[in-house]
Amino acid sequence: MLYFSKLRVFSVLIFTLIISYFTISNFTKIDDDYFSKNIKLGLDLQGGSYLLLEIDNEPVITQRLQSKVLEFKKFFKDKDIKVRNFVIEDKSIIFDVESSTIEDVKSLLEDDKSEINPYFQQYKSHQFNFENIDTSFKLEFSDYGLVLLKNSSLDQAIEIVRRRVDEVGTNEPNILKRGNDRILVELPGLDDPGRIKSLLGKTANLTFQFISSSSEESFGTEKLSFEDGSSEAIVSKRIVLSGDNLMDAKPTMNNQTNETVVSFSLDRVGAKKFGKATSNGVGKRLAIVLDGKIISAPEVREPIIGGNGQISGNFTFQSATDLALLLRSGALPAPLNIIEERTVGPDLGKDSINAGIMSLIIGFIFVVAFMFYKYRFFGLIANLALISNLFLLVGILTLFEATLTLPGIAGIILTVGMAVDANVLIFERIKEELKNENNSIVAFDSGYTKSRTTILDANITTLIAAVILFFMGSGPIKGFSITLGVGILTTLFSVYFIARLITAYYVIKNKHKEKLI
Amino acid sequence: MKIIFFNKFYKSFNILSGILIIVSLVFLVFKGLNFGVDFKGGTLIELRTDRSSANITKIRDSFNQMNLGDISVKNFGNETDFVVKFEKQNSNDPKFIEEIKTKLSNSIGMVDFRRVENVGPKVSAELLRSGVIAIALSLAAMLLYIWIRFEWQFSLGAILALFHDVIITLGVFSVFSLEINLSIVAAVLTIVGYSMNDTVVIFDRVRENLRKYSDVKIFELTNISINETLSRTIITSVTTLLALLSIFIFGGEILKGFSLAMILGVIFGTYSSIYIANPVLVSLKVSQRTIVKEDKE
Repeated sequence: MLYFSKLRVFSVLIFTLIISYFTISNFTKIDDDYFSKNIKLGLDLQGGSYLLLEIDNEPVITQRLQSKVLEFKKFFKDKDIKVRNFVIEDKSIIFDVESSTIEDVKSLLEDDKSEINPYFQQYKSHQFNFENIDTSFKLEFSDYGLVLLKNSSLDQAIEIVRRRVDEVGTNEPNILKRGNDRILVELPGLDDPGRIKSLLGKTANLTFQFISSSSEESFGTEKLSFEDGSSEAIVSKRIVLSGDNLMDAKPTMNNQTNETVVSFSLDRVGAKKFGKATSNGVGKRLAIVLDGKIISAPEVREPIIGGNGQISGNFTFQSATDLALLLRSGALPAPLNIIEERTVGPDLGKDSINAGIMSLIIGFIFVVAFMFYKYRFFGLIANLALISNLFLLVGILTLFEATLTLPGIAGIILTVGMAVDANVLIFERIKEELKNENNSIVAFDSGYTKSRTTILDANITTLIAAVILFFMGSGPIKGFSITLGVGILTTLFSVYFIARLITAYYVIKNKHKEKLI
Repeated sequence: MKIIFFNKFYKSFNILSGILIIVSLVFLVFKGLNFGVDFKGGTLIELRTDRSSANITKIRDSFNQMNLGDISVKNFGNETDFVVKFEKQNSNDPKFIEEIKTKLSNSIGMVDFRRVENVGPKVSAELLRSGVIAIALSLAAMLLYIWIRFEWQFSLGAILALFHDVIITLGVFSVFSLEINLSIVAAVLTIVGYSMNDTVVIFDRVRENLRKYSDVKIFELTNISINETLSRTIITSVTTLLALLSIFIFGGEILKGFSLAMILGVIFGTYSSIYIANPVLVSLKVSQRTIVKEDKE
């Protein structure tokens, strides 16, 4: 165990130096992506906001079922099968058929290549599961159908969330999927997430609908209240135009009224629709509805044909800016709920870094002093291994751009305390071997060999804990498991390559000396 | 070197451990744990006031007027820093925190919210579940590992020592109503790793000595092994405790509970490797035969 080839010495040295370089690059200011990396600080250290959003998929499911009902009606009509009494109830579609066609309908729904109940070819599961009692059919989403629906609404939502967050212009936001109905938003440096939360909390479904004079309209009517809660109005269910046709929106000042408004421009289809509707509706009031609330309902004085318009509604400049932002970034497929929020102010983050570094330095000094006191020269070797261990650990974390959190710093300090264990095991073993062995080289060699399995066992147990923590933990705790786990690997390296190398040189040179250790 | 007769006290310390475990379990069952917002849901606000006149009573009074459910206010490190926890969580309302801040500033003067945590009931239930799973999984993984590496008698000893450490550490948290949050779960897992590590070192030596001496009874053999590894046990515990103490004292308030749990864990872990794990080997009458069978295989 004491023999090292020249090549090995060389590679250990080079490896250690390269990794250590990355540790040092944290403290230098070179602008180069390859040679100067910085360790990423977690939100608990640099300050910032962590939001976990959950999509409320209920409305999406209902919507999808509604459109599916239309599909079914058309499909069966084309097939000349009579179906009736369509109802959507409890997230399922129920309908009746005539008794002579039960088997036909069944086979249409069950067929592997079913057009109306697809996915089987790809996923070995239909979109819908169905139940058939007498002439009645009940269909509900299969697990797979539900997963696909959730995934697609999550994909849409994440896109919209990204646009909204980007528009606010925060520093390097991190937006990630979590499961099939959650979105994680990390906003470094943001200490007041109020505005982002209010922007993400709105679905931003914009529609233009005429205020109805009579409650008898072919499309039906609905009663909606005004945004400010002042009054209610009966609105036609016919949607003149929706936010989908919006190309751009920005806050502007209306020169005549001296009011802040949101001006918008429509795409070609939208402009045409809007022109037609406003030509027919001169004199009527057009309600501008956002998420089921009327923002304002101005009277149409003349047809608006250019595709440009304005929304007024007692805006401040801030609220007009936010509405414009929401309209530009588009509507969410479903409402988002914020189910977890963690915000750390920047000065607390700074305090945490300082406290972390302080305790690292003090812990390190204590451990180093204790090792020197216990083992003298070999204490120095262990300490040298400890220092290179720290450099390697921080260097690897930097190289892989791992996120350093406050518990992560605690993990580094803990590594300092536990890393000497391996060297202690070896040194104690060597001491025992020296009692029965006069040849110190042999004693050192067997000390290393005999302690090896114990050291591996002892470190693997801690590694197991770290790995489990990595997979089960979140955020700051994950940071702890990373430093703890990587710390074990660098510990083994520093003990078996660096400390052993120095020990070997020293022992071979001083083999005749009494009381080596 | 002087031999210490640890084995003389196997019985008395086993009784002590038994009592500690029973007391811990009684507290855990009847008093329960003081779960933080991570596991209970609710809101946590760490705030700093710039006036020394602000005290816990004043802060509690002004929070009480806001109708936020059960409220707890604690000093946090400095005199000017406080942690307020309450049941209500309303992260969906973007103005929720802002309004609290305004109301609080009106009654006690300028405040700075240094940290806000808002955890919904669904998330806290999930975090609790995954915390429990993580601990259970790590115990199972340790069991599996030690089962592969050693004979079942050793596995039983090591696992009993682990349960001992985890139960008593949690018991201390229950007795003193210390807060259990996510970082405590991390600490418990690390304790599991450390306790195992410590036990394995002694067990490796026991096994080695079992091969070496055929005529020494396990009662003495464990004592020899404990003594042979004793200086390592002490040095490693000391360095680990030095590191942990430095986190506890200088690492800031956030890491206090975390480092305390680990300090307790290291102490109990070191103790249990000697006084739980080894007596198990003795009472299971482990002998050279126990490991010879394995060697033949």
